[in-house]
Amino acid sequence: MGSNMAENHPVAFRWVAQAKLNGTTLIHVDPRFTRTSAMADLYVPMRSGTDIAFLGGLIRYVIEHEKYFKDYVVNYTNAATIINDKFQDTEDLEGVFSGLKEAPQGSDQKYIYDNATWQYKRVQPWDAAKAREEAKKAATFAEMIQKMVPPAAEKDPTLQHPRSVFQLVRRHFSRYTPELVERITGCPQDVFLKVAETVTANSGPERTTTFVYAMGWTQHTYGVQTIGTTALLQLLLGNMGRPGGGILALRGHATIQGSTDVPTLYHSIQGYMAHPDARKAHDTLTDYILTETRPTGYWANLPKFMVSYLKSMYGDAATPENDFGYDWHPKIAGDYSHMPTMIAMAKGEVKGALIFGQNPATSINAALQRRALMQLDWLVVKDNFETETASFWYASPEVKSGQLKPEDIKTEVFLFPSAQVGEVEGTFTNTQRLIQFHEKAADPPGDCRSDAWFTHQLALRLKKLYADSTLPRDEGIKNLLWDFDYEPGTYPTDTRIQGEPDVLKIIREINGYQTGSKELLKSFGELKDDGSTTCASWIYCGIYPEKGKLLARSREPDPDNKPGTNLHWGYAWPANRRILYNRASADPDGNPWSERKKFIWWDAAQKKWVGYDVPDFAATKAPDTPAKPGATGLDAHDGKSPFIMMADGKGWLFVPVGLADGPLPTHYEPMESPVVNLLYPKQQHNPIAKYWQHEENQLAVVADPNFPIVLTTYRLTEHHLAGAMTRWLPWLAELQPELFIEMSPELAQEKGIKNLDLVRITTKRRSIVAKALVTPRLRPLMIDGKVVHQVGMPWHWGYMGIVTGDIVNDLTAMVGDPNVSIHESKALCCNVERLQ
Amino acid sequence: MAVVLSRRRFLKVGGAAAGTAVGALLGLGVDLHPKQVRAQSLRIQNAQAFPSVCPYCAVGCGTLVHVVNGQIVNIEGNPKSPINMGNLCPKGAATYQLHVNPNRLTKVLHRPPHGTQWELIDLDTAMDRVAELVKKTRDETFVETLPNGKRVMHTTAIFSLGGATIDNEWNHLQQKLMRGLGIVRIENQARI
Amino acid sequence: MAEPMGFFTDTSVCIGCKACEVACKAWNQLPARNGGKVPLTGQSYDNTVELSGIQWRHVKFIEQFSPDRSSGRWLMMSDVCKHCVQAGCLEVCPTGAIIRTEFDTVVIQSDVCNGCRACIAACPFGVIDINPETNTAMKCTLCYDRMQAGMVPACAQACPTHSIQFGPISELRQHAEARLAQLQAQGVSQARLYGHDESILGGLNSFYLLLDEPEVYGLPSNPQLPSRNVAPSAGLSAAGAVALGVLGLVGLRKQRMDKLAAEAREQQEGDGSHAG
Repeated sequence: MGSNMAENHPVAFRWVAQAKLNGTTLIHVDPRFTRTSAMADLYVPMRSGTDIAFLGGLIRYVIEHEKYFKDYVVNYTNAATIINDKFQDTEDLEGVFSGLKEAPQGSDQKYIYDNATWQYKRVQPWDAAKAREEAKKAATFAEMIQKMVPPAAEKDPTLQHPRSVFQLVRRHFSRYTPELVERITGCPQDVFLKVAETVTANSGPERTTTFVYAMGWTQHTYGVQTIGTTALLQLLLGNMGRPGGGILALRGHATIQGSTDVPTLYHSIQGYMAHPDARKAHDTLTDYILTETRPTGYWANLPKFMVSYLKSMYGDAATPENDFGYDWHPKIAGDYSHMPTMIAMAKGEVKGALIFGQNPATSINAALQRRALMQLDWLVVKDNFETETASFWYASPEVKSGQLKPEDIKTEVFLFPSAQVGEVEGTFTNTQRLIQFHEKAADPPGDCRSDAWFTHQLALRLKKLYADSTLPRDEGIKNLLWDFDYEPGTYPTDTRIQGEPDVLKIIREINGYQTGSKELLKSFGELKDDGSTTCASWIYCGIYPEKGKLLARSREPDPDNKPGTNLHWGYAWPANRRILYNRASADPDGNPWSERKKFIWWDAAQKKWVGYDVPDFAATKAPDTPAKPGATGLDAHDGKSPFIMMADGKGWLFVPVGLADGPLPTHYEPMESPVVNLLYPKQQHNPIAKYWQHEENQLAVVADPNFPIVLTTYRLTEHHLAGAMTRWLPWLAELQPELFIEMSPELAQEKGIKNLDLVRITTKRRSIVAKALVTPRLRPLMIDGKVVHQVGMPWHWGYMGIVTGDIVNDLTAMVGDPNVSIHESKALCCNVERLQ
Repeated sequence: MAVVLSRRRFLKVGGAAAGTAVGALLGLGVDLHPKQVRAQSLRIQNAQAFPSVCPYCAVGCGTLVHVVNGQIVNIEGNPKSPINMGNLCPKGAATYQLHVNPNRLTKVLHRPPHGTQWELIDLDTAMDRVAELVKKTRDETFVETLPNGKRVMHTTAIFSLGGATIDNEWNHLQQKLMRGLGIVRIENQARI
Repeated sequence: MAEPMGFFTDTSVCIGCKACEVACKAWNQLPARNGGKVPLTGQSYDNTVELSGIQWRHVKFIEQFSPDRSSGRWLMMSDVCKHCVQAGCLEVCPTGAIIRTEFDTVVIQSDVCNGCRACIAACPFGVIDINPETNTAMKCTLCYDRMQAGMVPACAQACPTHSIQFGPISELRQHAEARLAQLQAQGVSQARLYGHDESILGGLNSFYLLLDEPEVYGLPSNPQLPSRNVAPSAGLSAAGAVALGVLGLVGLRKQRMDKLAAEAREQQEGDGSHAG
C-alpha cells in the first residue's frame, strides 16, 4: 500500500517476484492499477488518501475476530498499560482527542495538542516538574537522569481494564466496519474482507506479513498517522522484529536515509537528536539533556551522544566549563523546513540559497517557489545538468510568457557542475539502513567537482575570513573543528583534481574516536559524557572500528545467499543489525516462535543471544532477567522487552509522547477532498495540519463543484523525480518522452476527451496542460453512493532537458503534516477539460 | 541475475567466432564492402572494474564502473551484490549516460544580477565570491538573542538545500559548516 | 560447437521496467531514436514502438480489462530476436554477413553486411532493421561478445524479475515446462509456451511463456520461412530478389506485420478486452 514497488523500486521487487514464485501472496492496494498491480494476486482499488480508514478496518477486524497474536501483544506491546483517567478519545470528542488547544498567534497551525492527559497511569503519583528541579542539582549527567526515572506504569495483563491501551484501541476503531471502509475508500467490502482474511491467515508464530510503503502513505497531512496505523496493526499481528515482517519504507534516493541520519534537515542534529530549540526548555546543555533524555530505555544514553557530538563540532574548544560549546550552537525558533522557507523567501526574508542536486523550481506549488527564487539576492546551484532552478530567470514559464523579464530579476546565480557517483568516493545509506562505499573510478571532467569538495573549499575560505574576528557571534565558526585535508604526502596522485577532502577523515569524525589517544571507537557503547570521546553520529559509530577497516566497504556476500542477512556486505546502522528489535523474533522465554521463523534466540548454554543477525538486545541479558525498579537505561527493562529504544521496552499501540498528532491514528480527509469526513463529520481534516498562507496557495473547499476529481501524482520507472537525472539522458527520455494524465474511459467519455488529446488540468492554484492517456487501469469509484473519478499524473517534467513538459507541481499546494512538514501531493482536487 | 543453471559450465565456453564466407557471394551485383567494422572483441576486456552503487533510488544496487585509460567505458550491475545480483532498472542501466553525456555541464556559469545570459567564471573566483556572499549575508542578518530573551545564535536568511543522492560525507560537511555558521534553514529532499 | 544457448522469456513475471531495453543500448552503445525526443504514442506505456536496428529489445504492453473491471490484466513482454533454428534472415542474406555461431545463435556481422535489406523482409517477426548510424542491418546478437567471454547478455543480467532467463536451451526448456506446470496448477489456464519446440521454425533459441494467444503479443502463431512465403510468390531466389530491389519485400514485411496487428486487435475487441 502507498507504494508502486515494481515501478519505483524494480530491483527490490526482484525479491517480491521470487517470493511469489515460492508461493507468497502479493496484494496491491492503490488508486491506480500499476505495473505492481499487474504482478499482484489481488489488486484492491481505493480512493487516494483513505489508507487510514482501510488499515483501521483491518485493525478492527483483527480485534473483533480475535486474530491478534496474544502472547506477542501481551508481552511485547503496551496493550496492557493503563492510561490516565482524563484521556478522551476522538469517539468522545467527535474527531479530536483531549488536549487540543489553539496554536500560538502567527503559527502555521490552527490547533496543537497538549499530551498531558494521554500519559500512562503510574503506580504512585509523580511530579515530573519537581523531579526535574531535583535533577538539576545533580553533579553528573548520570545522576541527573537517575532522578528523572518515573514510577512504573499500571498494567492489566488480562487486557480487560477499560482504560487499558488494548480496550482504548478496540473502542477507537470500533466503527471502522467493512461497510464504513467501503463508503470511505470505495473498496468493495468483499475485496476488503479478502485482504483481511489473507493478512490474518499469514500472521502468527509460523508466518509473517510485511507492509511496503512509499510516498503514497507519507505525502499527506496525516502521513505519520498512516505509518502509525500500520505499526499498530503489525504489532497486533506480531509482525514486528521478525523475518518477513515489519513495515518497509521504500525510500526514493540513493542516500535519502543517510541525509536523514547525518541530517541536512533543520529539525534534528546527528543520530536523531532534536535540534536545540529556543521554543523548548533548551537554554543550557543541562536543560537540553533534561528535556530530551528518556531516563529509561536506551535513549538514557543521550548525554553521551550529545556531548560526543559537541566534541565533534568544536574539538578541544569544547570543554565541561563552557558546556562543550553548547552556546555557540545555533538554536531553531520555528519551522524552517522546505515549504515555510520558500514562503519566507517569497516575502524577501531569505537572501541567499545554496542548492545542491535539488530542484525547487519544480517542487510543491512550483510557481510560488520560482517566485520565491526571484526574491533572493544570490543563489548557488550545483548540479550535473542545467536544472529548472538554475535557469528560472530566463527559461521559466513566467519569463517565457513575457510576464517577467530577466532584466527585472535581481538574483545573482552561480551554477557549479558536479561530479557523478563514479567520479567520487563516499558512502550511501540505502533504504535498509545499509551503508555502502562506492569507489572513485575516474576523474570528473572540466570544473566538475564533488559536493564535498565544494563544502570543504567553502569552509576553508570562510574559516579564513573569520579567523581574525573578535565578535562573540563568530566564536562558533572560529572554533568549528575542520580537519578534513589529507595529511601531508597522502593526497592521491592519480588525479588532476586538487583540494578534495579526505573522505576517510570525514568518516572517522562521524564514527568517533577517543579524544585523547585519537583511537577509533568500535561501538557506541564506548561513548562518554565527559568529553573524553568525540563522535558526530552515535548511530554510525562502529562503521570504522580500526584503521584500514571501513565496514561500509565490506563486500563478502553470504555464500548462496544463506542465511541471507549478508552481515559482511556493507554495514547497517546501528551495530550492523539488519532487523531492528529482532529480540521479538523469539518468544518471551527466548526460543524461536517457530522453526520456520527462527532468527535470533537465547542460547542457554552459551548464556547469550545468537542467530542469523546481530542481536538488537543486551547480548547476555537472559529472558528471565527482571527489571530493576528505579534503574535507568536498559536496566529498567526486563529480559522480555524487545523495543529497547522505548522507555518501557514495549511496542506502542498507543503513543503518549513523541508525536504532534494524537496518541491513536484517525481517519481524516485530505485538505482537498470531494467528500465530507464520513467518520467525523464535524472534523473534516487533521485538526493540527499545517497550512502556509499565501495568495498563490489557495485550497479548494470541501466537495468543491469546480474541482470534483481526485488527482494523485506519482513517478514512473523510466524517470527520477523532476527529471534532472533522467530527462537529459536520451536512453531514458525516449522511454517516457512526454507528460500525460491517466484517466478512465468513463471520465474521458464524460468530458469528451480522446486518447492523446491535449487536456487542461486545473486546481485552485493554477492550470497546466498534458496529453490524455485514456486507460481502463483507472476506474471511477463509488464513494458513499456518489461516483468519484480519479486521475493520475507523473511529475517528471519541466522546462529544461531533452524532453520537456509542464510542471505537475504547479498544481500542488503547500500544506503539511504536523510532525514532519511533508506536503500532500497524493490527494488533490482538480478539474480536467479538453483543450480546444 | 536471470541466469539458468549451468552458468559455471558456460563460463568455460568461449573461443573463436565462427568464420564468415564473404567470397562466395561476390559477383551478384551488390556492394559487398563492409559499411562499418564493428569490433567483436569485448569492450571491457582490459578495463578496470570499480565497485560502485547506483545513484538513483534507495535500493542501493551494486554496480561496476569499467574504466579504460582513465575513461569510463561501461557501467553495469555488480553480480556479486546480494542486493541486486547484477540486476538494474532502466535508470540504473543508464548510469553510464549520466556520466558520459554531451549535455553535461563542465564549466562554472555565472549570471550577474539582472543579467540576460550566462557568463563563464573561473572556479576559484566563483568560490571566493560565494564565500564573500555567505559571510556578508550572515553578518547582516545574524541574531544572537530573540526579543523574548532566548539565545539563538543564528541567521534565518540563508537556505541550504540538498538532494538525497549526495554522499553521506557531504551531508556531514554541509550540516557541520552550516551549523558552525549559525545557518538553521538546512533542508534536504529527505523531507519531501 | 558449444551447447546451444538462448533466452527463455517468462512474460508472467515481466514488470515492464524496460531495464532490458536500456541495458541493451548501454552495452551495445545504441542511440535513442531521434536523440530521445520522440512523441508519446498513447499506446499504454510503450514509446519505443518496435524492434529496429537501434532497438534490439522492446517491451510490449497489453491492457486487457472488462468494462466493469471485474477482470483485468496488464500483460508485458520483452520482445527480442528469436534466434531461429531455421533462420530466414540467414537463408536470404546474400553476403554471408549473417552467421550461426557456435552457440547456435544468429548474428549479423556488421563489417560484412552491405545493408541490402533482404534479411529485413525475410524475418517473420519484424526483428531486423537498418541502423541509420551504420547503414547496416542490425538486431540482437545475444551479446555474442559477452557470451564469448563467458558473460551473461546485458538484458538478462539487468532483468530484475527473472523474466529474461539466459542459459543452455535444454535447461531453459526444463525450466519453462516447470514454470508452465506451476502456472497451470494455479489455474492460469491460458499460459502456454511459444517456440520452445521444433514446431516453430525448428525451434526458437529465444522462446517465451505467454499468458494469451501469440497474436495478442504481436507474434505469428505459425511463422513461415521466406522460401515458403515470400520468395516463391516472387518466383525468385533470395539473392535475385535483392538484385531487383528490396522495397517490394519491405512492403510485404510491413503488410504481414500490419495484418498480424489487425488480427490481434480484432480478437481483443471480440473478447471485450481493451488494448492500449
